[in-house]
Amino acid sequence: MKIKKSTLAIFFLLLFLSLAVPALAEEKLTLEKTAKSLDLVWVLIAAFLVFMMQAGFAMVETGFTRAKNACNIMMKNLLDFCCGALAYWAIGFGIMFGVGNLFFGKTNFFFGGTDMWQYAFWMFQVVFAATAATIVSGAVAERIKFIGYIFYTIFITALIYPLVGHWIWGGGWLAKLPIPFIDFAGSTVVHSVGGYAGLAGTIILGPRIGKYIGKTIKPIKGHSMTLAALGVFLLWFGWYGFNPGSTLSANNWSIAVIAVTTTLAACAAAVAAMTFTWIKYKKPDVGLTLGAALGGLVAITAGTANVSPASSIIIGAIGGILYVEAVGFFDRIKVDDPVGAVSCHAVNGVWGTLAVGLFAQKEFGGVNGLFFGGGFGQLISQLIGVVAVFIFVFGSMILFFKVIDMIIGLRVSKEDELKGLDLSEHNAEAYADFPISAAND
Amino acid sequence: MKLIIAIVRPEKLRDVKEELFKEKIHMMTVIDVRGCGQQKGFIEEYRGVIEEVELHRKVMLLIAINESYVKKTIDAITKGARTNGKEGKVGDGKIFAVNLEDCIRIRTGEKGVAAIGGESEEVKKLKK
Repeated sequence: MKIKKSTLAIFFLLLFLSLAVPALAEEKLTLEKTAKSLDLVWVLIAAFLVFMMQAGFAMVETGFTRAKNACNIMMKNLLDFCCGALAYWAIGFGIMFGVGNLFFGKTNFFFGGTDMWQYAFWMFQVVFAATAATIVSGAVAERIKFIGYIFYTIFITALIYPLVGHWIWGGGWLAKLPIPFIDFAGSTVVHSVGGYAGLAGTIILGPRIGKYIGKTIKPIKGHSMTLAALGVFLLWFGWYGFNPGSTLSANNWSIAVIAVTTTLAACAAAVAAMTFTWIKYKKPDVGLTLGAALGGLVAITAGTANVSPASSIIIGAIGGILYVEAVGFFDRIKVDDPVGAVSCHAVNGVWGTLAVGLFAQKEFGGVNGLFFGGGFGQLISQLIGVVAVFIFVFGSMILFFKVIDMIIGLRVSKEDELKGLDLSEHNAEAYADFPISAAND
Repeated sequence: MKLIIAIVRPEKLRDVKEELFKEKIHMMTVIDVRGCGQQKGFIEEYRGVIEEVELHRKVMLLIAINESYVKKTIDAITKGARTNGKEGKVGDGKIFAVNLEDCIRIRTGEKGVAAIGGESEEVKKLKK
């Protein structure tokens, strides 16, 4: 009698299972536990991807600024993560996710978890806190004192970012509005907070020497567009941890559609900015198109889980054009933001947060926005959140930078600024083998 | 005709250019150079090792000028390049004024005073 191959296969499979099942039961490897493991691994991988955004910020910022300040930008980007992580461990995490009232948490200071899931969750949160902190580095680049920047980093990761985070993600008052405020991955919580703080910093510091002479705006060119582009790609890559990772679960299959909306928004923003600058300046602008891709990513971050792919393209495209126009606007009002951090993170953070109220669809995130028959309710909640966070963050950061300015001085001396912060703040050169041109100063 | 060779601090280039523009001196060549005079070295630190670097970053300006503009040019550079206005500081740089034998404008083949151009007395006389 011939035995069919398939019969044989089933026989061996049953044999294997009969042996395997008791073994599995001994290790208690249940389906439930496997699902939890997947969640844990996904959240950690996402956290590591978001960590990579620190490198992205470092490259973008140094690319768009001058060679004589490159060491200083590297030190700022390294130390804002390191100081920020320590401050967030000691104070920030407790304020953000501790048990407390509508405004701040009061437990979990000097964080130590009771199970491994909590550690994974902390890892994911700490890289977000550092992202909010590092946004400011670009806006205040080329003139802030290093020590002042360190104090700022500790302040924002220990207090400002966690407070806003508690309101929105930690069960605070914005999460408990009649129609809860939606900010899925942090257009407001992370990007707007960083953007508003950056705006406050540049206002208190004033423009770099030689940026505005009388009524003319002088471009101060960055020293490496290739590094800037590498930074944009690194940030974009990190965003696949930032947005899809914010499901905090690998068993929530919407991570796939979130990845799609994230991608489409960034692409639409870059294409829109390229077209817009091509028409406006006769050539497609490199720096603005690179920055606009990031603007699109910021814009989609709030609604990434709530909107359709088609809507994400509209949100991204508007974000890209908003970025280009905002860069021009801030230059006209003489707010000197060397890398366009405020235009990217604050302006598009606001746009992305409001866009949830317009484009949200039930099929994706459970609520409908204005354009899909949900009425004005969600939009009003979004607006309340945007206004409240702006007033709180911008107000407190203006005050903080002013106080630092009075105590230790926020800005380096004129001579030091002209010489470059690498030599004046660190006694170091970034490109010791190469002549650095003074013609762009 | 003179060739003015000025070596100044790179961070002062902006001020020097501004002073020169005020005197309507727009034609110049700027070179990034390294060098050292009375100022001697400066301290740099690399991975914990302290090093005295002997050659400083400096900027060299080359300006060809007609006689009537020599004093103006030298005054403008001095004013722009000196640290803290009148005080000055070791390391502010030097200006060399060298006699210039001839000058030829490549485009037109003009020679001498006319080739140097600008708005100097000599050029105005020539045009009359």
